Amino acid sequence: MLPKLFFGYFAIVMIALSLAVITRRNPVHSVLWMLVLFFHIAGLYLFLNAEFLAAVQIILYAGAILVLFLFVIMMFNLKEELTAERFIGEWPIGVALGISILMLMFFSMSKITTGPPGQYTIEAIKAETHTKAIGKVLYTEYLFPFEIASLILLIAIVGAIVLAKKRG
Amino acid sequence: MVPLEWYIGLSAVIFIIGVAGFMIRKNIIIMLMSIELMLNAVNISLVAFSHYLQDLRGQVMVFFIITVAAAEAAIGLAILVSLFKNKAAVHTDEIIEMKG
Repeated sequence: MLPKLFFGYFAIVMIALSLAVITRRNPVHSVLWMLVLFFHIAGLYLFLNAEFLAAVQIILYAGAILVLFLFVIMMFNLKEELTAERFIGEWPIGVALGISILMLMFFSMSKITTGPPGQYTIEAIKAETHTKAIGKVLYTEYLFPFEIASLILLIAIVGAIVLAKKRG
Repeated sequence: MVPLEWYIGLSAVIFIIGVAGFMIRKNIIIMLMSIELMLNAVNISLVAFSHYLQDLRGQVMVFFIITVAAAEAAIGLAILVSLFKNKAAVHTDEIIEMKG
């Protein structure tokens, strides 16, 4: 009973927070609601025994990406934003499209059949600690994708500098 | 024990909120934040599957998605900065050079 109550709290608060993120007029408010949302997602990860990912979620998303968003919001004119129209004129079509995709997802959800369970039971992870277990999988089985990820980050660094620097 | 379907449902709802936010907002910064919302929704479902199938591959996938999200945010915001330098516009209806 208690885990279900816990999940219910997280689900309701997270849906409310994501609605707040997309409807607020002031982008700074949106970013701050998103910060609270990311903390809730980290809590949900802890609930699912993924403590390394919870830490990464807080450090990387809340600490780095949202600060980047705040920096960019500082550069543009908020006064004009506060008086401008928030939504495009055809917004009911967008909402209807979203709801229809959601219905499709919920109808197909009853057909989920999960595969056979793997070897990493909670006891096995507890015996060798979560970060060590995830590191083993990451650096052996997923070594090549890991290298590609580092290349993507390098391209992002170079691309961001090239895009944002002054011409001339 | 919370059923797996609840997590998938929560993930679907947050994903759709992100999709709707991307489609209906005018402000490009909010549209980028909607993309982050969608990526996070997918991450929730991957971690839930990883927990219920007792397999760590889902969490490794989340790790890669977070990497790509960071790269995407950096590039997207750099594009936004250069756009703002050239046009001083952040609303999608003010960017009409390509007559789309």
